[in-house]
Amino acid sequence: MTEDDIRTQIAPHQHKLGGTIHALHQLMRAYGYIHPEHLPIVADVFNISVAEVRGIVSFYEDFKTHPPARTTIRICQAEACQAVGSRVLTEELETIFGTKLGIPRSDIELEAVYCLGLCASGPAVQVNDRLIAKASAEKLQVPG
Amino acid sequence: MTTVYVPLDSVAVAMDANAVAEQLTKAGAVVIRNGSHGLAWLEPLVEVENGSERIAYGPVSPTTVADLIANGFLHRPLIEHPLCRGPIGSHDFLQTQTRLVFDRIGRDSPLRIPDLADVLQALTMPPDDLIEIIETSGLRGRGGAGFPAHIKWRTVRQTDAPRKYLVCNADEGDSGTFADRLLLEGDPFRLIEGMVIAGYATGAHHGVVYLRSEYPIAETIFKQALEIAYEHHLIGPNVLGSDFDFDLELFVGAGAYICGEETSLLESLEGRRGQIRVKPPVPAISGLLSMPTLVHNVISFASVPAILRLGGEVYRDLGVAPSSGTMSFQLAGNIKHGGLIEVPFGITLRDLVEGYGQGTLSGRPFKTLQIGGPLGAYLSRGELDTPLTYEAMADIGAGIGHGGLVIFDDTADLAEQARYAFEFCELESCGKCTPCRIGSVRGKETMEDIISGRASDQEFNIIDDLCEVMDRTSLCQMGGMTPIPVRSAMERFPEDFRQGTRA
Repeated sequence: MTEDDIRTQIAPHQHKLGGTIHALHQLMRAYGYIHPEHLPIVADVFNISVAEVRGIVSFYEDFKTHPPARTTIRICQAEACQAVGSRVLTEELETIFGTKLGIPRSDIELEAVYCLGLCASGPAVQVNDRLIAKASAEKLQVPG
Repeated sequence: MTTVYVPLDSVAVAMDANAVAEQLTKAGAVVIRNGSHGLAWLEPLVEVENGSERIAYGPVSPTTVADLIANGFLHRPLIEHPLCRGPIGSHDFLQTQTRLVFDRIGRDSPLRIPDLADVLQALTMPPDDLIEIIETSGLRGRGGAGFPAHIKWRTVRQTDAPRKYLVCNADEGDSGTFADRLLLEGDPFRLIEGMVIAGYATGAHHGVVYLRSEYPIAETIFKQALEIAYEHHLIGPNVLGSDFDFDLELFVGAGAYICGEETSLLESLEGRRGQIRVKPPVPAISGLLSMPTLVHNVISFASVPAILRLGGEVYRDLGVAPSSGTMSFQLAGNIKHGGLIEVPFGITLRDLVEGYGQGTLSGRPFKTLQIGGPLGAYLSRGELDTPLTYEAMADIGAGIGHGGLVIFDDTADLAEQARYAFEFCELESCGKCTPCRIGSVRGKETMEDIISGRASDQEFNIIDDLCEVMDRTSLCQMGGMTPIPVRSAMERFPEDFRQGTRA
């Protein structure tokens, strides 16, 4: 991850509408998270302050500042899933994996998500990129 | 070779539709990935072309599809099979709907370019005439606010500026809603058609669709649809041979509920934190890059082709004016038959919940439903006969929002739901104004005291005060409407809040 690599990732987005968001999405795809070294480079390309870049990164859930876990399990915490047992499911998964929602880990990370749009078929869960409707602990014990 | 339809929508895929499709391909079928008809409980809903009929089976799993193949469902209809639903168009759930926005969904691949007669017709008409048809139709914004569409259209058209924009709000973050997702995944051209017509009518030559990142399948489909639309000159220079130019692009958000608020969305589109802007000026006068901008929800734009086809009067007369036309309701949560129901305004909550929905999924008694997303009211059993119009809902202190209904059975604890309403506001507040930023935290803490039984009347007074301040002084509806779920829950289910309370 040299500075040139990072600039190459960002360059195509420099003149786009909302280019900073495009660029940060691209860095997430390329590196898995936003590294502190990325911030001054993004600031330079878009001619804004490092503080502003940091502000954008911290505002949006998608922009992580730690390396992703091998398996990320996103569990919907919103009302439609609450109505079909997402609270119990979350507790069960916390017990099974010995962790809590939102604790960064390298192996398995449980993450809150607020709506995946599967509201008639909850509880909704996403294991890495895979969507799972009517999720249960049994369906999820072997991480995908 | 038999043609088989297997939906590619998120619900079907989350119920293993890809594995089902793979097995059908191996069995020699020609598999077309279509959009979802919106009968979520039957997904994956597989349709087999037998002669001139399409016979539906659902829900089909990778296990049951093997059984269906073994029983020869690719060669003859298995009418007696427990998963057989017959021709899906005759299903009660669909047959009784009035599908204008979702008329094509599920019938074919979402990437097959449709008949573009509506757009061609619109491009021959004077823009002011189009706006007049929208006015006659009574179309109101489907995103949640229900603001009359024609006022925005006319404002954008009449505001003098070097450039004008269309922005489609596809940041569908309300729990219990998925209409935008269904359309983007299942019939993206319907939205593109509506945006082209709106662009022509308002004088905007550039449009952006702001899509939430939680919808990866919608993103993939819509990107491909844009390419196909350019190839067929539905967008780009000289739209369909006319002298109207219109560019359309996709922008993917980054996980912020508040970006569904139109000014926050515009900030985000300009590459900044999604903090709301103080209105006025309204976006129709000064929106994206300070230019006149027509901001509409997906379903608002997608309603336009049908309105032109039917005429403003016919569309208006479908509903209960001034709640005109059809609304795409979404049944979600603890519901037996969840899905998308596009019907004219005026249907009752009971018709949706007990008619279409067939009651709770758990089979336990219905307790409450929340209508209009996380900032919507919790209603009681006694209110189920209320008709779904903007006016009748306002009379009981509720709103239709984006049309989502989340059903809860008798195990729901409304004090916990009220606590969650504050918590959600805390999580998603943009932080710009104090009532929302601080009020949400204080509200959550106070509600936790009430739930734990540590509270006295003082805590209830604090909640009242906080709701009052948030309602009256928040800069946008995030803080301004958080009191709605809280107060509606406390008013209708006081017993849930008084358990273990020391008087």
